[in-house]
Amino acid sequence: MDEILVLAEHREGELRDITFEMLSKARSLGKDAGKSVTALLLGAGVGDYAEALKSHADEVLVLDHGNLKAFNAAVYQQVLSEVLKSREPSLVMIGHTAFGVDLAPGLAVTLELPFASDCIDLAYEGDDLKATRQIYEGKVNATVSFADAPTVLVTFRPSACPVEDAEASAGKVTELDVAVPEEPAMRQFLEYVEAAVGEVDITKADVVVSIGRGLREEENLPMIEELAEALGGVVACSRPCVDAGWLPKDRQVGSSGKTVKPKLYLAIGISGQFQHLSGMKAADTIVAVNKDPKAPIFSEADYGIVGDLMKVVPALKEKIAELRA
Amino acid sequence: MNIVVCLKQVPETAEAEVKLASDKKGIEMEGLPLQINEADNYALEQALLLTEEHDGDVTVVTLGPDSSDEVLRMSMAKGAAEAVRLAGPAFDRGDPVAIARALAAAVKDLEYDLVLTGCMSSDDGNTAVGMALAECLDLPHATYVTQMEMGDGEVTVGRELEGGLIEKLKMKMPCVLGIQTGINEPRYASIMGIAKASKREIAMKSASDLGLDEGSVGEEGSRTKLEELAYPPVGEGAEILEGTPAESSGKLAEVLREKGFV
Ligand SMILES: Cc1cc2nc3c(=O)[nH]c(=O)nc-3n(C[C@H](O)[C@H](O)[C@H](O)COP(=O)(O)OP(=O)(O)OC[C@H]3O[C@@H](n4cnc5c(N)ncnc54)[C@H](O)[C@@H]3O)c2cc1C
Repeated sequence: MDEILVLAEHREGELRDITFEMLSKARSLGKDAGKSVTALLLGAGVGDYAEALKSHADEVLVLDHGNLKAFNAAVYQQVLSEVLKSREPSLVMIGHTAFGVDLAPGLAVTLELPFASDCIDLAYEGDDLKATRQIYEGKVNATVSFADAPTVLVTFRPSACPVEDAEASAGKVTELDVAVPEEPAMRQFLEYVEAAVGEVDITKADVVVSIGRGLREEENLPMIEELAEALGGVVACSRPCVDAGWLPKDRQVGSSGKTVKPKLYLAIGISGQFQHLSGMKAADTIVAVNKDPKAPIFSEADYGIVGDLMKVVPALKEKIAELRA
Repeated sequence: MNIVVCLKQVPETAEAEVKLASDKKGIEMEGLPLQINEADNYALEQALLLTEEHDGDVTVVTLGPDSSDEVLRMSMAKGAAEAVRLAGPAFDRGDPVAIARALAAAVKDLEYDLVLTGCMSSDDGNTAVGMALAECLDLPHATYVTQMEMGDGEVTVGRELEGGLIEKLKMKMPCVLGIQTGINEPRYASIMGIAKASKREIAMKSASDLGLDEGSVGEEGSRTKLEELAYPPVGEGAEILEGTPAESSGKLAEVLREKGFV
């Protein structure tokens, strides 16, 4: 039977959520299109993960090898090439993660696979796969089709698909026998370095007042700090504010920063790119202030104000002070 | 040390209203400000800093319409020595692999120790061209790079992973690195530099100049195809609190009070 192959992603001893999100998507796709779902597990000392994967797939392929200890795109690409050549799955899914974006493009080039990245949805129309991608900073969706080929490759966006419950019937586990090259001298893993810890832990706060590039200038920060104080919260931000040096890295919310789950998240002058959303969408109440009514943040927020933050923030501070008085 | 930087011009869409073109294959570009892609600007800065410290030249390469000459000129105003643009209808509507193939044909004849690109562009968001380019050039690669430390014929890079975790790698040069935002502080071009750059030559390369079969690049050389664009479906969305800033923030303050935050 035709198969959909999902590359399991794990890091530092844990399977990552994207793995189960992709398996869930693959299962619903497979049901509609009559394809089986295979999880491909590569790594060193990862045999145990097969247990967790097999209730989400028809088959788990395991290659447990010392040379796969570090994620090295050069090594993984070679192994994946071998596996794909021998199995010819009709679809290969890799996470659109730091791991996946480093690996998938090269694989597409060497194997000449039709390839679409950062897909948020996939569907079969007959035998033809259609992918949905988001472009222009979340303001446009694009439908992409693939050339006729035995195998097509996609990277799939994290948090784009909910994780479905495990299936009662567990899939089988197969050990793979594929040669694994050593890490090449041209690219060698050295170490992981944890992000620095700051004085404020934004993940512990009940109220997070978060600013984005819409703040325009560092000079405008004090009014945000005052608003945060009035609400008993902490100031956090989107990535560009850290890049610009307005706030330290430990205040950054999003995929390459912190994940926060406060009771209240105020997003001020933040457009709501998926990398930001993934770090805050679990907040209980989300309020967005943005001058652009089409900003993607409004689809995630519970309450919104369309307006100029330079006017709304001072006004809000005043109203809160009035209520307090 | 010589460095090639692949960069591109993009429309500013984070704040602007984006309208679909009538054929639903593109967007209306009129009225959208054009600028260098954000991550590419950091890649350019990184190349300028490195060649200033280690001697050498920066060559900027783009594939894009006539308007992209502007980002090439701006790059030269900041200090790039040479600029190349892949131009012509053969390159139109290429997918990331086709774009990488075209860029590789232009880059392979240049002298370089490093090839830098932005890790992602804000328009198509493929996050793929740089790493596909590495494969086309048969060079080692790493992306999401936020740290670089030069050694002898090698470079130690820090890749930023989820949660801000840094993965340190040692790479042999030449290699292709996808640069992530925040790695440096991009400079602005000086007025003098801009005036001088306006007179500089840009090397225009067509597919045939590069010895490329037209069917191997652009739409024809792509194995994926854009079918149609649409506006993202609007879900339930936020309850919008209407009114003047005073009115809307008054309503918000009420909501916050009801929920016990005030
Ligand atoms: C690998 C990778 C990892 C990333 N990780 C993260 C991450 O962890 N966190 C993160 O945030 N981003 C991350 N990003 C970046 C992300 O893609 C976006 O670029 C970023 O989130 C945009 O930040 P922003 O919303 O502040 O800026 P923009 O997208 O520029 O949005 C600014 C917003 O402000 C609004 N605005 C402007 N002026 C005003 C005004 N006067 N009043 C009201 N509103 C105004 C605009 O309408 C716009 O919506 C990552 C990107 C990559 C490639």
